[in-house]
Amino acid sequence: MTALLELDDVEARYGPVHVLHGISLAVEEGSVVTVLGPNGAGKTTTLRAVSGTVRRSGRIRLGGRPIDRLGPDGVARLGVAHVPEGRGTFSELTVWENLRLGAYTRRGSIQPELERVFSYFPWLSERRRQQAGTLSGGEQQMLALARAFVHRPRLLLLDEPSLGLAPVLVAELFRIVRELNEKEGLTVLVVEQNAHLALQAADAGYVLEAGRVALSGTSAELRADDSVRRSYLGD
Amino acid sequence: MAAAATSRLESLRNRGAAFGGAPFVGLILVAVAAGLVVGSLRSATFAQLTVQGLALGAVYGILALALVLVYRATRVINFAQGELAMATTYVAYQLIQWGLSYWEAFFATLAIALVLGTVLELALIRPVLHRSAIAAVIVTVGLFVLIDGIVNWIWGGDFKSMPSPFGTKIYHVGGVSIARLYVGMFVVVIIAVLLVWALFRFTKVGLGMRAAALRPAEAAFVGVRVEWMLAIGWGLAALLGAVAGLMTEPSQFLLEPTLMQPILVYAFAAAVLGGLESPAGAVIGGLAIGVALNLVVQYVPAITSELQTPFAFAVILAVLLIKPTGLFGHREVRRV
Repeated sequence: MTALLELDDVEARYGPVHVLHGISLAVEEGSVVTVLGPNGAGKTTTLRAVSGTVRRSGRIRLGGRPIDRLGPDGVARLGVAHVPEGRGTFSELTVWENLRLGAYTRRGSIQPELERVFSYFPWLSERRRQQAGTLSGGEQQMLALARAFVHRPRLLLLDEPSLGLAPVLVAELFRIVRELNEKEGLTVLVVEQNAHLALQAADAGYVLEAGRVALSGTSAELRADDSVRRSYLGD
Repeated sequence: MAAAATSRLESLRNRGAAFGGAPFVGLILVAVAAGLVVGSLRSATFAQLTVQGLALGAVYGILALALVLVYRATRVINFAQGELAMATTYVAYQLIQWGLSYWEAFFATLAIALVLGTVLELALIRPVLHRSAIAAVIVTVGLFVLIDGIVNWIWGGDFKSMPSPFGTKIYHVGGVSIARLYVGMFVVVIIAVLLVWALFRFTKVGLGMRAAALRPAEAAFVGVRVEWMLAIGWGLAALLGAVAGLMTEPSQFLLEPTLMQPILVYAFAAAVLGGLESPAGAVIGGLAIGVALNLVVQYVPAITSELQTPFAFAVILAVLLIKPTGLFGHREVRRV
């Protein structure tokens, strides 16, 4: 297995505030990797550094190709779909238009992609004319995931998907992510507050603290680690 | 004193808000349309003024639509929109002088306007927009002066005339005389509006432009080239403005550097009446302002034709005081 995504000594800042102080991590092709850590550790910023929506320095490679100088549209065009925290659905547009935007950088017919997405989210098909803002929070999160998937990404960046969702919906969401990973070989980098869930769904994980990688390992290793158990699993 | 005035304003505004909602606005529009039809059937003069008002109003509406596009794309009120329209009309004049037919010049001018608007956004607006929208608005005021100066410098301030695009034929329907000119203006504007609507509604680039205007950050996440989309929005607005200028010239019979200045005030009134955020509202607002101005000047003795522009300004004030969101605008309500 080779690494699809590699970050090497990546720094990022918002104005004068440094948020990432040299993050290095790797995501293997076809794996699900989670990023854990307390608030303000730089989890969201790590995803934003990859998708080019924050000013960053250091080396970021996708499939061996440097992407650290590309803007967000350039990164998206290379097959990275970013579902931001708070979903980022276009609530003023219809469900169909949201999905169409997901495949914005694809050329040609997107009908086959839509069919594939509807096979995972059948209810979306019936509600394609509905305004996205009138969907419930859970439905909007599913729509955001579906929109990312229409893009047929090589890499899915998922930021706090469980935020504000009922537990049953969160479980459903992670089930679908896992299914996409197993059936389609989708590579996922997911930031999640709920460490139990994240480590269940992920193959490996990184723990960030104050903009640095404090700990990394397979999910099993992390689950067994004392400090992770104390800080994130509440044991 | 001031507090009492403020609270009275507040209660007016609340009453205005109570008149909100699509059904109520729809009802008003149907009632107004019915009134216009009844009036037109009873009086030939009324009918003539209504038809003429609709044609002029369509032009106000398309310029208002340009203002709305720019506002939605970049949150900037483009005070130079009218002058830009005037300048592109001069471009058409020049092309005709060089031997193009009217309609060849018409379409060439639209293409030039599209490029010009896009380039202006990229060169002058984009660099200051990063600082603040107010700075960009001030740039548009500067553009107003700049364009005016350039046009006077190149073509001079004297009257020019262009060939009439629609001829001088007059149709007689019942007892009502309708100039082919007004029918032509109305049809050209409505076709332009429908084409732009279709572009936004049915094409990928249109969807990208809407996404970029609604949520720039999220649009970038899915790979939309946001800055390009917003610049093209300015280009499209300049194109719509060119249509407005080219349709205003025949109704004024003359081309001069101040051609679009009153039209811009009417377009502002139309855009504000429509809700500033609503493309359909801008066009309907334009039609309403066009018809209202024509009828008011004829039937209200106190308002003579010299007071047309102040009347339009009074409409702007009244809407902003009573119902700031206009007929079709809505307050931002978002589900979290």
